[in-house]
Amino acid sequence: MSKNFLLGVYDDEQPVLKAVNELRIKGIRVYDVYSPFAIHGMDDAMGIKRTRLTVAAFIYGVIGCTLALSMMIYMNIFDWPINIGGKPAFMGPDFIPVTFELTVLITALGMVGTFLYVSRLAPGIEGNLIDPRVTNDRFIIAVEIKNEEIRRKTEDILKSYGSLEIRERVTEK
Amino acid sequence: MIQESAVRPPLVLGDKTYSQMTEDIMKPLETKPNLLWFGAFSIAALVMTMGFALIGYLFVTGTGVWGLNKTVGWAWDITNFVFWVGIGHAGTLISAVLLLFRQKWRTSINRAAEAMTIFAVMCAGIFPVIHTGRPWLAFWMLPLPNVHGSLWVNFNSPLLWDVFAISTYLTVSLVFWYIGLIPDIATVRDRAEGLRKKIYGALAFGWNGSARTWARYEVVCLILAGLSTPLVLSVHTIVSFDFATSVIPGWHTTIFPPYFVAGAIFSGFAMVHTLMILTRSIFKLEEYVTMYHIELMNIVIIITGSVVGLAYGTEFFIAWYSGVEYEQYAFLNRAFGPFAWAYWTMITCNVITPQLFWFNSIRKSAVATFIISIFVNIGMWFERFVIIVTSLHRDYLPSSWAMYSPTFVEIGIFIGTFGLFFTLFLLFAKTLPVIALHEIKTVLKTSGEKYKQAAASRVEKGSAGESPVMPEISLARKPQQETEI
Repeated sequence: MSKNFLLGVYDDEQPVLKAVNELRIKGIRVYDVYSPFAIHGMDDAMGIKRTRLTVAAFIYGVIGCTLALSMMIYMNIFDWPINIGGKPAFMGPDFIPVTFELTVLITALGMVGTFLYVSRLAPGIEGNLIDPRVTNDRFIIAVEIKNEEIRRKTEDILKSYGSLEIRERVTEK
Repeated sequence: MIQESAVRPPLVLGDKTYSQMTEDIMKPLETKPNLLWFGAFSIAALVMTMGFALIGYLFVTGTGVWGLNKTVGWAWDITNFVFWVGIGHAGTLISAVLLLFRQKWRTSINRAAEAMTIFAVMCAGIFPVIHTGRPWLAFWMLPLPNVHGSLWVNFNSPLLWDVFAISTYLTVSLVFWYIGLIPDIATVRDRAEGLRKKIYGALAFGWNGSARTWARYEVVCLILAGLSTPLVLSVHTIVSFDFATSVIPGWHTTIFPPYFVAGAIFSGFAMVHTLMILTRSIFKLEEYVTMYHIELMNIVIIITGSVVGLAYGTEFFIAWYSGVEYEQYAFLNRAFGPFAWAYWTMITCNVITPQLFWFNSIRKSAVATFIISIFVNIGMWFERFVIIVTSLHRDYLPSSWAMYSPTFVEIGIFIGTFGLFFTLFLLFAKTLPVIALHEIKTVLKTSGEKYKQAAASRVEKGSAGESPVMPEISLARKPQQETEI
């Protein structure tokens, strides 16, 4: 099914933020906004739900911590205990550095991996670049057009915030 | 938009637009390198080759070609290792700690500083590996199942903690750096043609600047910064444990972790200066890496340099106060023994020269900063040399007291790592944007020179009665209903 998009092109982030806000107040769903950098407050304006990557990071951290501790306890206590002057094999503080490092390592790698996966980012991926200028100095609001009423309303709002151009784009999906 | 104080100096000079910033920062990547770059690169590559040739010679003949002896079993190799790891710390400090503290000035220097971190840790990693004597068995440091039982590694050893700390540090720094690079590589991709577009396109991971991705991206960067901050502190703490957990007088001190971390940041910022002052003039980036950036880094150098100076004093005081004769002798031997020249070089370079930054004219001069940064680099190398060699060379038994002097192999390998470091850095500066473009664009409107001037004149006009705050309503907190037609 093909989808119709209306694209509003801007050269500044402030009108984009205002236009997105206005669109949502008027009840029009903003499909996406493309920008050369992260616009502060855009997630709230667009109504993007808070990402759960923080939860994922915590889970990876717990996994890393457990893995590190169980590895060391298995190797140095159960499988091959080392007798160091008759001291107990479980030397708690000695295990802290490696536990910490592996927790950080697995959290970082796991979280970044998850981020790349959910954001569809991977080496060699074509990507769905809407306009090559969005990585330079242009900001684009994309609104999916389902009927004439939305088109008219969207066009008015996009224009009222000073869009440089308004384009239509049809994608096959 | 939040207004910034007009008194605070701008972070981006000149009248810039977003596209102008892209042009300026992409320029070194898209033009042929100048003669200066080629000259520097050939020298660096030549020095690197010499270093690797000497490492090859070392492998073939064995560690006997070094100046080590029975008493001084650790010298240049471990000195160089600690030196390079320390250099790396400034990069993480700038990219992670300053991100958590929301310091805008980090945006001009974080990319290059992180690259410096990665290259410095690579140089550092060489030394413990070649010091093992049989580097082809270096994988024995990892807890891998083996035919000896399995005979596992000893998790009680700080040297093993180091293996985990350094490899984690390198991996996480690399990931953090690359995540920061993705949007900028996309910018390179969208400006390039042909094969170049294909290569950068593959490296850009299909980045399209979507607001949904940006929202996650910001969270990921924040968490990575939160992870890197304790990580960077842990790395040099663990490096200091290599010494502090031993029973050698001069090493066995509880002050080592904070003292090493402060020293690492101190030397790292000096190296950032050495690199950035050269980079900004070679690539004409003075409008982005301004004197204000240099001044702020100089302030960090004064603070950490003073912490290091205080640590030197504390060590001496505690040696006396502890009443342990061996400890007292180790410190007297440092300052007045046969290696006194190294000790006083260290004191001069680390304690005295950075204090010159209290003078306004020196703190705000690129040339003076560059010269002092070299002094600090030298001083911090000597600090590690003094700690390691002077503590070892006169041990408990006077009959085994010995002196240490490096051979050409040790010196050559150390100089070779500088070759490796600069080769990698020069390649980086030519192929990837040295300034985090997508981050510095976010500070343009609040901290760009033109925008600050405009804001200041608005405030002056508005002083008649209008509020000096820009009449911008924050959209972020407006209640909204989730509706859709």
